[in-house]
Amino acid sequence: MKVGNEILNKSFFKKILKSKGAYFLLLPGMGLFLTFILFPLIYSLRMSFYKWNIVNPGSSEFVGFSNYVKVINDPIFIRAAFNTIVYALMTVPGQILFALMVAILLEQKIRGRTFFRVAFYITVITSWVIVTLVFEYLFSGQAGLVNFVLKDVLHLVNEKIMWLANPILVMIPLNLLGIWKGVGWSAIIFLAALQNIPPELYEAAIIDGAGIWQKITKITLPLIRPTLVFLVVVLTIGAFNVYISGLLMTDGGNPLDLSHFILTLMYKKTFTYLDFGYGSATSYLLAAFIFMISVIQIKLLRRRVEY
Amino acid sequence: MLITKEEKTFRIITYVLLIFGVVITLLPFLYMISVSFKSQIYTFEYPPRLIPRNPTLENYINALSKDLFGRNFLNSLFVATATTISTVFISALMAYAFSRMQFPGKEVLFYILLLGMMIPPVMLIIPQFIIAKYLHLLNSLWGLIVVYVAVTLSMQTFLLRSFFETIPRELEEAVLVDGGSNWVIFTKVILPLSKPGLSVVAIFTFLYAWDEFPWAHVAIRESSRRTLPVAIALFQNQYLTQWGLVFAATTVASIPVIIVFIIFQRYFIQGFVTTGLRR
Repeated sequence: MKVGNEILNKSFFKKILKSKGAYFLLLPGMGLFLTFILFPLIYSLRMSFYKWNIVNPGSSEFVGFSNYVKVINDPIFIRAAFNTIVYALMTVPGQILFALMVAILLEQKIRGRTFFRVAFYITVITSWVIVTLVFEYLFSGQAGLVNFVLKDVLHLVNEKIMWLANPILVMIPLNLLGIWKGVGWSAIIFLAALQNIPPELYEAAIIDGAGIWQKITKITLPLIRPTLVFLVVVLTIGAFNVYISGLLMTDGGNPLDLSHFILTLMYKKTFTYLDFGYGSATSYLLAAFIFMISVIQIKLLRRRVEY
Repeated sequence: MLITKEEKTFRIITYVLLIFGVVITLLPFLYMISVSFKSQIYTFEYPPRLIPRNPTLENYINALSKDLFGRNFLNSLFVATATTISTVFISALMAYAFSRMQFPGKEVLFYILLLGMMIPPVMLIIPQFIIAKYLHLLNSLWGLIVVYVAVTLSMQTFLLRSFFETIPRELEEAVLVDGGSNWVIFTKVILPLSKPGLSVVAIFTFLYAWDEFPWAHVAIRESSRRTLPVAIALFQNQYLTQWGLVFAATTVASIPVIIVFIIFQRYFIQGFVTTGLRR
């Protein structure tokens, strides 16, 4: 990297360090950050106000807010936004609920705790690409395990369901995947919060004759409220950024662009139809929406907790 | 302590639920591995079988000899390693400056850096694409590395700075009394005492770079320069129904991740919890 040569020259480095070397230390990192994060952020805002010409950006035409107007009035975008909001409404509570259960169970004095923990974390570290392909196979129409269980084991349906061919049905594996992949991570965060609760509180509750359910609702839940708020906000942001699973499982919004999420639509408009202005406007709308939702959530959910 | 009857029942329910949860969690992976050992005729058999009939290694042999799989694997290894080394180094320097040095504009720079933690990376793909094009970084592994370092830098610097803050300053005062410089403090005091923090940074950066898909998907067009996630996604497109082959590839791609994970298991927990880092 950039700094590779300087580091070898120790005495030079030492001198700079002694005298106001702080900027020198920050230079490589800040340089990368400005070039590949901050500048793109501003550049993208600018693009969203232009009919962007990729071949010759200089001759791009300024169009004001018309990219934004175009996005908001696009029925495909509205469908994508709907799919994304449903995804958030399903996967955020789903992850929280299961993660809380797993964390409470792991908090108990049980054998094989390490094994259980490792097992639950596996989904967190595996790449989205891989787990999406696995879910595609599990939900495949002809020989998928899910159809087998539903039809031949539980007898809930009479015919095999073609999950992946239907723009509404494909949302079911996508939402289940979102929950399944996220539970392990949230459970770890919950577990850390649970371990911070002083055990004396539970002991006092037992003396007062409280049952397990009462211990959970009267002690655990109120005390982990800050963690709960944190998770709701972070998971919601994550849910609105759903991208890889949708892109791969629906093969880019097929059929008829009905199964898009916001970001898969952004990708297709930008890199397939080369409408960079539309794409940038979409990502800024998404960012604004996420920001708004986060602020509302924090305002609504945050309350001081006293120990 | 008293064990009530209610608690005993609760303990049994605990085990039942946990085992059920683990089955749901692991079954897709076991199934993936199982299919990777099935020959093509059995991948669409109905009813599906978890234990493969006549298990075979042909998928692994085919996948590894197919196209550029080996090349893609090495690309991923190079990108993930270079990203990790650069990130650990650069973020440690920055964290030291933010934690131990005084300079004008410190607050402002730190808050600007924190902004990076809040921006969803996919949102930046379009402008990054254009910038990378200008800098001739498209279709290059270095184009992946610089963006990965930039994306993960905020989080890792923040993490290391918090870690450095927990190191008592008396040690440094002793070094200063002995006539040592900031450089001595950094290399002889801070870094050796920060091994757990540096490990967390290294692990998370490696996994992030190993698994990253959206940017690599956009930035690399030439098949010989693809990293594994992109190669596998396109592999599946190309060999649509050859699930055995696809899952042999995904199983091989998962191996480094699982190894890193099992070796550094306890650091993971620490990392997740202290940073709220999400992958």
